[in-house]
Amino acid sequence: MSHEPILSVERLSMRFGGLTAIDDLSLDVPAGKITAVIGPNGAGKTTFFNCLTGFYKPTVGSVRLNHPQRGTLRLETLASYQVARTAQVVRTFQNIRLFPRMTVLENLIVAQHNRLQAASAFSIAGLLGLPSYCQAEARAMDKAVGWLKRLNLIDKADNAAGDLPYGTQRRIEIARALCVDPILLCLDEPAAGLNPRESAELNDLLMHLANDEGISILLIEHDMSVVMRVSDHICVLNYGRKIAEGSPLEIRNDRNVIKAYLGEEDADEELHAEVGP
Amino acid sequence: MALALQQLINGLTLGAVYGLIAIGYTMVYGIIGMINFAHGDIYMVSAFIAVSGFTLLAGLGVGSVPLALVTVLLVSVLFTSVYGWAVERTAYRPLRGSTRLAPLISAIGMSIFLQNMVQLTQGARVKPIPPMLTGGIDLFSSDGFTVRLAYSQILIVVVTVALMSGFTWLITKTSFGRQQRSCEQDRTMTALLGIDVDRTISLTFMLGAALAAVAGVMVTVYYGVVDFYIGFVAGIKAFTAAVLGGVGSLPGAMLGGLIIGLIEAFWSAYLAAEYKDVATFSILILVLMFRPSGLLGRPEVEKV
Amino acid sequence: MSALVSAAGAPTPAERFRDAVGVALVALLLGVPMIGLTTVDQGGALRVATRWPTLLAFVATAFFGRLVLRFVFDRLKKRRTALERASGAAGAGSHSASKSHGKILVLVGWLALGIALALPVVYADNRYVVDTATTVLIYVMLGWGLNVVVGLAGLLDLGYVAFYAVGAYSYALLSTQFGWGFWQALPVAGAITASFGLILGWPTLRLRGDYLAIVTLGFGEIIRVILVNWTAFSGGPNGIASIPRPSFFGLPFKPPGDTPTFASFFGLEYSPAQRIVFLYYLILALALLTNLFVTRLRRLPVGRAWEAMREDEIACKAMGMNVTNVKLSAFALGAMLGGFAGVFFAARQGFISPESFTFNESAIILAIVVLGGMGSQLGVVLASLVLVLLPELGRDFAEYRMLLFGTAMILIMIWKPAGILSQREPTLRYAAPGGGA
Repeated sequence: MSHEPILSVERLSMRFGGLTAIDDLSLDVPAGKITAVIGPNGAGKTTFFNCLTGFYKPTVGSVRLNHPQRGTLRLETLASYQVARTAQVVRTFQNIRLFPRMTVLENLIVAQHNRLQAASAFSIAGLLGLPSYCQAEARAMDKAVGWLKRLNLIDKADNAAGDLPYGTQRRIEIARALCVDPILLCLDEPAAGLNPRESAELNDLLMHLANDEGISILLIEHDMSVVMRVSDHICVLNYGRKIAEGSPLEIRNDRNVIKAYLGEEDADEELHAEVGP
Repeated sequence: MALALQQLINGLTLGAVYGLIAIGYTMVYGIIGMINFAHGDIYMVSAFIAVSGFTLLAGLGVGSVPLALVTVLLVSVLFTSVYGWAVERTAYRPLRGSTRLAPLISAIGMSIFLQNMVQLTQGARVKPIPPMLTGGIDLFSSDGFTVRLAYSQILIVVVTVALMSGFTWLITKTSFGRQQRSCEQDRTMTALLGIDVDRTISLTFMLGAALAAVAGVMVTVYYGVVDFYIGFVAGIKAFTAAVLGGVGSLPGAMLGGLIIGLIEAFWSAYLAAEYKDVATFSILILVLMFRPSGLLGRPEVEKV
Repeated sequence: MSALVSAAGAPTPAERFRDAVGVALVALLLGVPMIGLTTVDQGGALRVATRWPTLLAFVATAFFGRLVLRFVFDRLKKRRTALERASGAAGAGSHSASKSHGKILVLVGWLALGIALALPVVYADNRYVVDTATTVLIYVMLGWGLNVVVGLAGLLDLGYVAFYAVGAYSYALLSTQFGWGFWQALPVAGAITASFGLILGWPTLRLRGDYLAIVTLGFGEIIRVILVNWTAFSGGPNGIASIPRPSFFGLPFKPPGDTPTFASFFGLEYSPAQRIVFLYYLILALALLTNLFVTRLRRLPVGRAWEAMREDEIACKAMGMNVTNVKLSAFALGAMLGGFAGVFFAARQGFISPESFTFNESAIILAIVVLGGMGSQLGVVLASLVLVLLPELGRDFAEYRMLLFGTAMILIMIWKPAGILSQREPTLRYAAPGGGA
């Protein structure tokens, strides 16, 4: 981690009434790398995402984004749509949130709403079919088709998104998020419900995005085969607290992590069974 | 001061009636997530049953007011519950599991049907019944204005309080109440546990109708006139009460009813009576702006 | 569902009989207080009258009706399962079927337009037909306007009539107080109603589904109550009379006088039917413009944003969409279209009063959108035809027509819960339709 992190979370806490979902969490997310957030169910991972992306206002703490063009942005002060639009931090959801009755292609076009809306000039240019708008629409179409091809979804382009199988919907959601031009992509359990082949394809895609497209990735994942293979950096949460942070190798051998996952005693062997070699 | 006290009494009476009807909305909304638009008309049907009942008893020479009241209450509750059941069975159950709007349209259709059915079978004219529960207690007078607590008002408040207590017991303590609440939270899971969900929903509609029937009978006694249009007005007010209190919350429905009753009473007395509905709805909008789930409704955490 | 229905196989005659007895019993309980008993006014006091023969007939109808209906439905069901089995074996041809379905709809649309254009020519001397068709078109236009809010944006609006009223009163006041013409007032009234849309939209931004429904209903009532009571402004319950009729580019429809009229200018003989026909073509043009406008908007970012918001508001936010603006634009545009319809209504009637803008109107317009199939433009036309013509056809037994109207609403919903035309047409395709996939 020689260069500046893209995201710095400082002393973040989120309380719901008496329940502390996130407790004094600080974390740096390196730029251009894949960072995984793992932890047992209820550890506060999704809440953490919700705080980053403006869906929850954290009780205490700050979330700074180092935007290459726009300087430092305080994400916790932005509304959820501004997080995506201004900060270019885009997320997916644990229980897939597509626009189910719209086609896959429409889903990806909606993701480019802001640029198209500006080009349509309060819909006037759009209504009149002015060339400026038509060009913008063609560009949006190209981008959508490009990602659909890259994610092997092109033959599903005109299907209603909600009618497709679960694994396909996961990929559509990632493709849709990519159409927003993220600099930081937050994926909430992207491998959930994928079969081993799809899961391997996801690994390739994530590494391609980080290495070739330069998109930083923040990942919540339970599938250790994905986490251990793709992550550059791992942060482990338990009961809302960070209990460990480091490279996959360090995490694999961390006593605290083993305890959190498997309880106090004699956990080593079983941990290897779950976390994998 | 005297006027204020009088309006407080009037407002609470009116509010109790709205509250009773609102419970029907809130329970149905809780269990199947639909606005039962025909609920106000169920209440109207019960008022007509009450008119027939009182007239019939008077014709038979029953002079005892308590006897007449109890009989008519029971009869009206019985028949009105059947209406509640039939409405659910014919217009809503076939639409279970379809879009959110389909049952709403069906309910509006049912409301139009009931209104016109009553208009056809019972006549479009206003039905007056001879005053039954006259008199009251003069509390005190000042500035030549006497504050009066009418017997019919005492009746309404006492019956409402009794029903509410019984009802709270039913929902919180009995097996039916547990079934009802579990249906509200997760209908599929409830069915998997071997509970007859259809039956629970039917019973919910019948209970809502029964409470509306009590309200209908008492309003007939209180005002002494009934027409086929009262269901729409009372229905809208009661529904507003349910939303104001927080849809799905029983105490909320009662609280909402009382608030709306009081707003109407005080607004009519001190400001312009003809604008009382504007006041009611404006306050609803204001409350919802700051508490989008109503006063006692559980705030909906944006589940992401 | 009762155990009798769900029992596998065909029910035995005994089961059918018991089922029908059950229905007859319910009919008896429902019928006793409403049909069996009624109160009649006799010398100022009420007296109970009985109608036992009618009640008996009602119960008997319920009994035999249930028997027959059960029988018919069981037969139909059996045939349908047999058919499904056969078609299932033949393989799914559903995709091409849905495409040809779309083509048929386009054809139906053009056919409807042709009929609409030819109607006043064919029925030139039948004022009643042209008048009724004009009414249908007003509802079509209102339906298309509300479709933006409910069908596309998914915002449940039970007070749409308020915008219709604001549009009508805007024109009525502008024309009677300030002498504005129809064409001058139209855009201004549109702007006024659009701002009313914003006024309603702004406080309700955070509300969801049914909370929004009651607030919009309340808004409709507020507007109506104000119109009834603010006599100095709106004329109160008496409404506003002698609203000027629209002219044909400055040429009024009047008997010949000293100024040029429509008839004198074109060298025609004056006939009152000319105005009726003109009004018909005017609303047809307004409705078609509305349709064109909304269909185009649907294919633009705004329209897709409306639909996306209907599908999943949270996902919209995560895509960087400012949902507030999207909602407000739907409210404002829907309101504006309702306002245009209101302006036309006022100009056509020449007289308006709050009575025309009750909750019932809102309910009918909403029913048109939902029955037609949410978001479907052609569905709105079909539903308007059904809901306007049904009471008209029922004029012969006038007292039963609203009863039938309510029944029809329930039955259509049960028959087609998603509306008559519920298929959604994508706003853009990757593969050309017909080709590919």
